[in-house]
Amino acid sequence: MMQTLVNFFRGLLLAFSLVSAAHAAGTATPAFADPALEARVMAIAVELRCLVCQNENIAASHAELAVDLRMQIREQLQAGRSQQQILDFMAERYGEFVLYRPLLKAQTVLLWAGPFVLLLLGGYALFKQARSRPESVDAEWTAADLARAQQLLDSAPAASGSAPDNLNKNMKGRA
Amino acid sequence: MKSKVMRWLPLTGFAVLLIFLTLGLSLNPREVPSPLVDRPVPTFTLPNLAVPSQSMSPQDMRGQVWLLNVWASWCVACQQEHPLLVEFAKRETVPLLGLNYKDKREDALRWLGKYGDPYRASLSDTEGRVGIDLGVYGVPETYVIDKQGVIRHKHIGAVTPEALRDTIVPLLRKLGA
Repeated sequence: MMQTLVNFFRGLLLAFSLVSAAHAAGTATPAFADPALEARVMAIAVELRCLVCQNENIAASHAELAVDLRMQIREQLQAGRSQQQILDFMAERYGEFVLYRPLLKAQTVLLWAGPFVLLLLGGYALFKQARSRPESVDAEWTAADLARAQQLLDSAPAASGSAPDNLNKNMKGRA
Repeated sequence: MKSKVMRWLPLTGFAVLLIFLTLGLSLNPREVPSPLVDRPVPTFTLPNLAVPSQSMSPQDMRGQVWLLNVWASWCVACQQEHPLLVEFAKRETVPLLGLNYKDKREDALRWLGKYGDPYRASLSDTEGRVGIDLGVYGVPETYVIDKQGVIRHKHIGAVTPEALRDTIVPLLRKLGA
């Protein structure tokens, strides 16, 4: 169940990044000769935050700095550097804040684990609630209550049709 | 007892959330801590804006406490802080160097002619590559660099009189300028 959920969100995230990368490739960059290289540039660019417009990655951003940084990524890829090396290069200059996917370390554990901890807590609370409710409802109907209900039904005038009969049966069933 | 705790739980949670959100609102999202603070200023060599045939490097400033101000003629906030820098240069002996970021030489020179030139020299970073090495993302930015060539402070955005008086100048004094 958990795994399915995780996979679902991963899929969603991937879909979004692909859409934004495709969008950026179409609008924010000039067409370059090598589409394979361009795809690699974009794959790295979606991992980096544009610090000029902080809620965009540098693949989607039209800011001049984003254009320069995409150029930087392109040159470094051509020089044979790996994705990790390029991400490190950016983090060294602009801080870890540029990494759209925060690193997993002591300061960011809450960020990564927090939603799952909350989900577990919420699930536990819901489970407890669901388990305790029927018992409390049953507990309200003591044998004395049912006996009294029976008594009331028996003493009801028979003129009001078949409804009390049905009720009568139900109450018997419960008791 | 237990139900009492449960009853106050949502309100407590809400209060905690409110505190965090209020704190978050009072922070400036543009002030991203620079990883370059307390690290040596990157090595680079750039042409002097006034005399392009002459190249300059931060290593030339070794042994001095100095300021590096990133500016451009197209940058509106630079105009805002500029009178403060002009005044600073008149009053202080601390060398102030400019990094003319992604600018055209003629525009930059015209701008300095119009608003005054507080810089001991300006370095032309026409393509913005040194800007990337310095982690520049919002012009203007101002760096305080010590005698060993280590960046000790970075001010993002226009320098305000308060920032100059309360942070930059005291730091310069502390570093022995």
